[in-house]
Amino acid sequence: MEAAFAWIAVVLIVVTSAGLLFAHDWRWSIILLALQYLGMFILTLQHWPIGMASVKVVAGWMSAAILGMTRSGLANEPQTDETIWPRGRMFRLFATVTVVLIAAVATPAVDTVMADAGFPVTNGSLLLIGMGLLHLGISSELLRVAIALMTVVSGFEVLYAAVEGSVLVAALLAVINLGLALVGSYLLIAATPRETEST
Amino acid sequence: MNLNAPTLWIIIPMALGFLLLFISNQRLLSIFGGLVALALALIAQFVPTEIALRVGPLSLRVASDLIVLGRALVIPPTEGSLLALIYGAAALWFFGAEAARSATRLVPLGFMVIGLMVASIAVEPFLYAALFIEMAILLAIPMLTSIHRPPGRGVVRFLIYQTLAMPFILLAGWLLAGVEGSPGDVGLTAQSAAMLGLGFAFLLAIFPLYSWIPVLVEENSPYIVGFLLWILPTITIIFGAGFLDRYAWLRSSPELIVALRSVGLLMVVTGGAFAAFQRHLGRIMAYGSIVETGFSLLALSLDFRLGIPILFLLIPARALGLAVWSLSLTVIKENVETMRFGAARGILRVTPLAGAGMIVATLSTGAFPLLAGFPSRLALWEGLSRVSIGASLWMAIGIIGLLTSAFRSLAVISMADEYTTWTPRESPTQMTMLGLGILGLFILGLFPQTVQFFLADLPLMFEQLGR
Repeated sequence: MEAAFAWIAVVLIVVTSAGLLFAHDWRWSIILLALQYLGMFILTLQHWPIGMASVKVVAGWMSAAILGMTRSGLANEPQTDETIWPRGRMFRLFATVTVVLIAAVATPAVDTVMADAGFPVTNGSLLLIGMGLLHLGISSELLRVAIALMTVVSGFEVLYAAVEGSVLVAALLAVINLGLALVGSYLLIAATPRETEST
Repeated sequence: MNLNAPTLWIIIPMALGFLLLFISNQRLLSIFGGLVALALALIAQFVPTEIALRVGPLSLRVASDLIVLGRALVIPPTEGSLLALIYGAAALWFFGAEAARSATRLVPLGFMVIGLMVASIAVEPFLYAALFIEMAILLAIPMLTSIHRPPGRGVVRFLIYQTLAMPFILLAGWLLAGVEGSPGDVGLTAQSAAMLGLGFAFLLAIFPLYSWIPVLVEENSPYIVGFLLWILPTITIIFGAGFLDRYAWLRSSPELIVALRSVGLLMVVTGGAFAAFQRHLGRIMAYGSIVETGFSLLALSLDFRLGIPILFLLIPARALGLAVWSLSLTVIKENVETMRFGAARGILRVTPLAGAGMIVATLSTGAFPLLAGFPSRLALWEGLSRVSIGASLWMAIGIIGLLTSAFRSLAVISMADEYTTWTPRESPTQMTMLGLGILGLFILGLFPQTVQFFLADLPLMFEQLGR
C-alpha cells in the first residue's frame, strides 16, 4: 500500500514538474509547486516519521505562498531577457521526456548507492533534480529560477531523507527552502519596473 | 560565569547584525561594526577557551561547545587564531565600509554572513557545513543587490551555482562515510570523489564555473563583491582541507593531489591570462580573486607540512589585498561612467590614492616583490618547483598575466591629456583608509613575520594535516 502511494507521488511529481515547465501563468506555477511539495512529502514519509516529514511540506507550502504573494502584489511584469531562451512547446516536451527517461534508467544504480532508498523515492528524487536543472537551463525569468532551484533542492531532500534523519538537518533545509523563496521574492520585487510617479 | 565560544563568535555577531539592520548612519555602522569585530578578534586571540579565568571577583570560563537540536557547534581552543584572523580581517572591511559608502548593507549582513561561515567550521558533523554556507549565500543576495535596482545576470548565476554546490557536498559527505567503512570499494570511492569534486567546483567557482565572478564585479559594488570574494573562498578552502584531514584515503590519494595541482594551475593560468586581456578594471579584480583561489588549491596540493602553513599565509594577504583593491575600484567607480579602460583614462589625476591602491593591490596579488602577496607566493613557488618544474612555469605564466594587467591598468589610468590638472576628488575618509591599506600591503611584504603571531598555531586546528 505504501509503495502504491509512493508511485502515485512519483506520477504527481512528473505531472507537476512538467507542468511547471509549460505553465505561462504564474498562478498555475504556484499551484503546481505546492502540489509538488505534497508529492515530495509522500516520498519523504517512506523514511521519516510524519512529524518530521510534515516540516518539509509546511516549509514548501510557506515558500510557495511567499512567492505567490509577492508575485500577486506586482503590477508590472519583472524585467527579463526570456526571449533568448527556447520557448517552443515541442522542445520542452522533448526535453521533459528525455529527463524522465534518464531518471528511469539511472534509478536502479542510484538506488543501490543510496542504501536502497526505494525505487519510487530514488526515481522521484532524480525526476525533481533533473526537471529542476532543465528548468534552470532554459529559463532566466526570476520566478522560474526560484521555483527551479526549489525543485532541485527538494529532489535532493527526498534522497537525503533516506540516509539522514537528523532534526538539525531537517530544520536547516526548511530554513534554506524559505530562504530561497524570500530571496526569489526580493529579486522579483527588485526586477519589477516601477511606474514613474507624475506630479 | 559561563559563556560558550559558539555563542560568542556565531550567535552574538548574527544577532548584532540583525539589530544593525535598523541603523542607517554609515559612519556609526562602520566604526561600531569595526570595533566589535576587532574586540571579537582580540578575545579570540587572547582569551583561551575551556580555561577558567579570574577577573576580579568573577570567574570566567568560555566553553567550547554548544548543543543545538542534538548536534554540536564546537570551537576548540586551537581555532582561536583562525577566529582572530577572520574577525580581524572583518574589522578591516567594516572600517573601510564608510569610505566605500556601503556600510548600511555590508556591516549588518556581513556580521550575519561571517557568523554563518564560522558556524560552518564549527558544526559537528562537519559535512553539515554546506548548509550553513548555503544560508550565507542566501544572505549575500540582499547584500549585493538593492531592492530599488533590477538584479543583474551575475547575481542570479551566483545564487544558482552556489546553491547547486550544497546537495553535492552533503551527498559526498554521506558517501565518504561509506568509503571509510569499505575502503576497497573502488566504485564507491570514485562516486564520492566525483560528488565532492563537483560540490567544491561549484562552491569555489573552479574553471569553467567562475563566469559569474567577473559579471558580478561589473554589475555590483566592487567593495561588497570583494568582501564576498574574500570570506566565501577562504572558509570554503578551510572546510575543504577539513575533508582531507578527516579521511586518510583522500589525503593519501595521489590522484587527488594531481587533480588539486591541475585545477589550481588551471585557475592561475586562465585567471592570469584573462586578466591580461581585460579592458575593464573591475573584471581584472575578478580574475585576480580567481588566481588567488588557484594559489590556495596549489598550496593544498603540496606536502601538507609545507602546504598548510602556506595556505594560512595566503589568507591575510588575500584579505588586505582584496580590501584595498575593491575600495580603490569603488572610489574610481564613483568618478567615472564605467570602469572600462576608455572611460577610466587619466583617472589617476582625479583619484590618485585609489589609482595607486588598485595598482599596488594588483601587483601584490601578482607576487610583486616587497608587497603583501610576495612571501606566500614565493614559498608556494619554491614548494611547487620542488615537485614539478613544469607546474612552477605554468604558475609563472599566470603571474605574468596578472602583472601585465597591472601595468596595462597603470598605463590607462595615468594616460591623461597634456596640461590636464590634478583635481583629487577623494574624501578624507577614503584617503585615510586607502593610505592605511597601501601602507599595510607594504608592511606585510617587508615584514611578513608580523602575522606569524596569528599564523604559527593555525595548523594545529587540523588533527592530521600540517603536523
